[in-house]
Amino acid sequence: MKLKLNNALAGWLMVSPLMLVLLIFLVLPILMILIVSFWRATEYSIIPDFVFENYEFLFGSPVTYTVFINTFKYAILTWTFTFLIGFTVAFFLAFHVRSLTWQVVCFLLCTIPFWTSNIIRMISWIPFLGRNGIANSALISWGVIDEPVEWLLFSDFSVVLAFVHIYTLFMVVPIFNTMMRIDRSLIEAARDAGASGAQILWNVILPLTKPGIMIGTIFVVTLVMGDFFTVRVMSGSQSANVGRLISNDISLLQYPSASATAIVLLLTVLIVIGILLRFVDIRKEL
Amino acid sequence: MEPRTRSFYFLACFFGLFLIFLYGPTITIGILSFQGEMGGLTFPMQGVSLHWFFDLFEEQAVGDIWGSFRRSITLGFMVMVTTIVVSVMGGLAFRKKFPGSTILFYLIVTALVIPSILISLGVGLMFSQTGFEVHWSTSGFGSQLTWTLPFGLLIMFAVFNRFDKSYEEAARDQGATPWQTIRFVVLPIIAPSLIGVALFGFTLSYDEFARTLLTAGSNNTLPLEIYGMTTNVTSPVLYALGTLTTVFSLIIISIFLLVALRIAKTKARAGSDAGKGLL
Repeated sequence: MKLKLNNALAGWLMVSPLMLVLLIFLVLPILMILIVSFWRATEYSIIPDFVFENYEFLFGSPVTYTVFINTFKYAILTWTFTFLIGFTVAFFLAFHVRSLTWQVVCFLLCTIPFWTSNIIRMISWIPFLGRNGIANSALISWGVIDEPVEWLLFSDFSVVLAFVHIYTLFMVVPIFNTMMRIDRSLIEAARDAGASGAQILWNVILPLTKPGIMIGTIFVVTLVMGDFFTVRVMSGSQSANVGRLISNDISLLQYPSASATAIVLLLTVLIVIGILLRFVDIRKEL
Repeated sequence: MEPRTRSFYFLACFFGLFLIFLYGPTITIGILSFQGEMGGLTFPMQGVSLHWFFDLFEEQAVGDIWGSFRRSITLGFMVMVTTIVVSVMGGLAFRKKFPGSTILFYLIVTALVIPSILISLGVGLMFSQTGFEVHWSTSGFGSQLTWTLPFGLLIMFAVFNRFDKSYEEAARDQGATPWQTIRFVVLPIIAPSLIGVALFGFTLSYDEFARTLLTAGSNNTLPLEIYGMTTNVTSPVLYALGTLTTVFSLIIISIFLLVALRIAKTKARAGSDAGKGLL
């Protein structure tokens, strides 16, 4: 009994700094947003109150629904591409690169951009996609098109492209991690039993990689749903997602309205995560 | 060894294209930052010059770049050290179940998946309504920790899931105190992964802007400065700054990787297999 209590105390003592940080900078801020979402705002100040007008306005406005649909659209499109690319890259690294050194080198090549600035990586697309950008000039010189295409930059295309560029890594790493732990004798057994390469991929590797795919999915979906900056820069302020709705309200100092939107966004994200977590036990997969 | 199949070459090409996709744009702005004085934001190059890099050193052209750079580095190191210490302690604690560990685990997951702008908004509101002033070294520091700590902890969980407990038992059997076991057995074994935690802690902080947007106060960090520049600077000076900060990131990354490599080599030379299979 005493030992158990000692263990609990030791555990709590060790996680106390962690708990402190999460309490002050995660739990309390969420509570604060929840409280402020019931406040009222004038043009220049916010007033403590308990009214539902922010939520009523939010759910009463058709813009909200468009913006939420847009957010899901970006999430689904980005997920599809990051999954296809991420799975293929991870599959290549895990099963086709044979020496460990090369595996490490290729893996690092994939991860290094993650440790550099996202904003800069986003801006880097502008000289590529612009009206006089590299993509357009190349397409014209190859004779594919006669006039510069306008939809390359400042469109849904460029938004999703930037998302895929930044977040594919979040798919590659967890999928690669699970693939590396697949027992190679299973694949040999499948081959001995007469399975073709495609069958091995579909019936052996894909099911065993599911936990990694789920973790990658959680990362990509939440990052895209919570984004506000990529959409602003890459759509040239022409499209909006929920994050931009919030950041617009913030820049107009409409904190109660921003808070209400933030609470709805948080609930949406948590519901999506809740559904995804039913398919995977994260703690077991690390 | 089996001969390479056709799918190998196909996948290798795919991987090559993926790398071009990853690095192409960054290399492009690297080249464009040497744009001549009359040149614009895209090709063709109007000559080659260092004009835009010199522009960065003139205060009035771009604002307080160097001040924000200094702040970002300081903040990066603060976050890095805190992330290492807190993650190791958390990782050690989570090896045993303790009351509340499940809730805490879900809080960590929440910190990871919560949209960054909520942290910014919530912390900003909390500070302003309670009369505290937001500052990069207090509210900004804490907000960034909600992003770096989950990564640090995930790495520590992964490390301790693969940790061979018999090393500790051996130490205990030889009469080591719990502190001695951690200091002389556990920490040296997990040292290489701590380099990883440090790398994540520093770089994620150095590049973070969504969580510091409303929590940094009147003195910007570098990403916030760049964030501001994207809306009102339309000359290659933006590319020059982008190139410089990317080069700086790459230097930091190589330092961390070299240290990790050195540790691995030293271990191999000492003939110990401690830490094998950890990274």
